Amino acid sequence: MGPLTIVYFAWVREAIGRDQDVVDHPGPGATLADLVAMLAGRGGGYAQALGDSARLRAAIDQQFAPLDTMIGDAREVAIFPPVTGG
Amino acid sequence: MKRVAVQPQDFDAAAELAALEALGGGGVASFTGIVRGEGGLVALELEQYPAMTQAQMARIVDDAMARWPLLGVSVIHRVGRLEPGARIVFVGTASRHRTAALESCAFLIDWMKSDAPFWKKEYFDDGRTAWVAARSEDDARARAWQR
Repeated sequence: MGPLTIVYFAWVREAIGRDQDVVDHPGPGATLADLVAMLAGRGGGYAQALGDSARLRAAIDQQFAPLDTMIGDAREVAIFPPVTGG
Repeated sequence: MKRVAVQPQDFDAAAELAALEALGGGGVASFTGIVRGEGGLVALELEQYPAMTQAQMARIVDDAMARWPLLGVSVIHRVGRLEPGARIVFVGTASRHRTAALESCAFLIDWMKSDAPFWKKEYFDDGRTAWVAARSEDDARARAWQR
């Protein structure tokens, strides 16, 4: 299905040490949680940032989405902590 | 009038209010958020999701304009490094009705806090840094508008 870009923000970005990765698209039936688990399996900073999914929020193609959402044909997924603006 | 801005530079709250007043509605409400210098805080760093932030803020403004009879909305959120006393965020609303102006202003800042992709990192005078944790009260305040 081509590439999927994953962007990281705040302490997720800092723990991983990168602001984005490009991976092979895991397929439309994969959920955000599946993607998070796959990335956490890389160990190191990925495991530290992504090991506890309860602390994470996400977006699919720039729209907030719960972690049980299927990725579908999205081109960009974002993984980040709960937002703290305002 | 609908104005949504994400910018590193400061804004002129008086000029924003004047633009809302010029709409002729008779009522203008606003909220300005300022960096508090508590606990040895020397700066905040505001991070955003550039591809999403502006569109998400515009969606929140559209929700407010659909819910209240508003003549104008102005929402500005700063990003980058901000020191105590600096303005972070501005929300201004204009309406013919004070209730609409006041309620929509509160709605907008509540939703801006809980549903716009910004993250704050704190820098302290002893060299410590910390990412601000989301507060469940903020989330609850925003959800309370879904009645």
